[in-house]
Amino acid sequence: MTVGHQPSAPAGPIIEARDVVLSFGETPALQGANLSVAAGEMVAIMGPSGSGKTTLLHCLAGILTPDAGEIHFAGRRIDTRGETERSALRRDRFGFVFQFGQLVPELTTEENIALPLLLGGTRRAAALKETAPWFRQLDLEGLQKRRSGELSGGQAQRVALARALIARPEILFADEPTGSLDSLTGEHVMDLLVTAARQHGTTVIVVTHEPRVAAYAGREVVVRDGKVTSFAAMPATP
Amino acid sequence: MSVPLTLLGLLEREPSHGYDLKRDYDAFFGRGKPLPFGQVYATLARLARDGKVVVGESEAGAGPDRKRYVITEQGATEFETWLGEPVEAEPHLQTVLFAKVVLALILGRDAGRYLDTQRAAHLQRMRELTEIKRAGSLVDALLADHGLFHLEADLRWIDLTTARLDALAEAVRS
Ligand SMILES: Nc1ncnc2c1ncn2[C@@H]1O[C@H](COP(=O)(O)OP(=O)(O)O)[C@@H](O)[C@H]1O
Ligand SMILES: [Mg+2]
Repeated sequence: MTVGHQPSAPAGPIIEARDVVLSFGETPALQGANLSVAAGEMVAIMGPSGSGKTTLLHCLAGILTPDAGEIHFAGRRIDTRGETERSALRRDRFGFVFQFGQLVPELTTEENIALPLLLGGTRRAAALKETAPWFRQLDLEGLQKRRSGELSGGQAQRVALARALIARPEILFADEPTGSLDSLTGEHVMDLLVTAARQHGTTVIVVTHEPRVAAYAGREVVVRDGKVTSFAAMPATP
Repeated sequence: MSVPLTLLGLLEREPSHGYDLKRDYDAFFGRGKPLPFGQVYATLARLARDGKVVVGESEAGAGPDRKRYVITEQGATEFETWLGEPVEAEPHLQTVLFAKVVLALILGRDAGRYLDTQRAAHLQRMRELTEIKRAGSLVDALLADHGLFHLEADLRWIDLTTARLDALAEAVRS
């Protein structure tokens, strides 16, 4: 047995975009975008408005299909798979948080959080029971029976985060998750997001144009004109 | 950070010994750079000479320095005035960034690359401050936030300047 004595191999990327090109009609959104993210990493995608951040995120997550280039997840190419398979991937292995408008207004907070489990076939009582630790972890105690329309912006985003994480996704995709929040509330959400992701080893890819949000990530890349640039920080002169 | 005014502020709470002042200064304002004892006593001596504090009699018994310092009316007035004044906004860092960008453009160097490098350095520092904020006390968080907001302001300027580089290059060269 060599367990515990193996040199830990550098983890390969869990997800990767290779030379991805995508246009919306005449509008080029991605023009050869490359991004490689290691398992457990948290990466911020920054860049000016309209530069292609959301399009890149959607390509990585299998929501959009590139015109050219490849997307690889967990060692397998996924952009060539059919919609059924990709939607199963999104449901079972990815979690999503968007800027707003993602909770089902008719459902209670508890039901909203349990939704991925319910859709995955877990029975109602068991699914609702599994939401309990998330109320503690995301500072939502007491809001179990509220409908999502009765939540503040920060509460709604924390519910969305719990819902994104409850099925233990391997990758959390977040697109401007604090975009609709004031800075104190936004930081609270980011703080909880980072704590939860670290605790569960979740890989996080977060699109944001806010430096203070990007600073929660381990590194950042910048999208400009549909291409990804990244710069290692070099030592600054005092 | 003005040491004399900060010590006056600490004395405004209550008459204190030199070592109490040093301890509180280090805890609140030192941030890993403790105030040397020599500087504490030199500062207190100057404040005494200028009539802003008075020195009590040595107290019998204990350590090398058992003198208690008391703030005077004059010292308290000066401190209050200072406390009520806004601090001058510091444009120094921005001036350096600006100088580098303009020089790069004048010399036909890659100003965009410089800005990208600066951007990465700023974000790196913001990451460090964010970690300090997440791990530390509320006081640490307040200080980290101050740094974060200033760095963010620089970053916004860096992004805006990056977006305007072509126009700037023309303006600088003409
Ligand atoms: N559904 C769409 N239909 C047409 N054009 C789109 C669509 N989505 C995005 N675009 C265009 O693609 C480019 C990149 O958009 P996007 O990825 O949303 O940028 P970002 O998220 O960086 O703001 C922009 O020019 C945008 O107008
Ligand atoms: Mg977007």
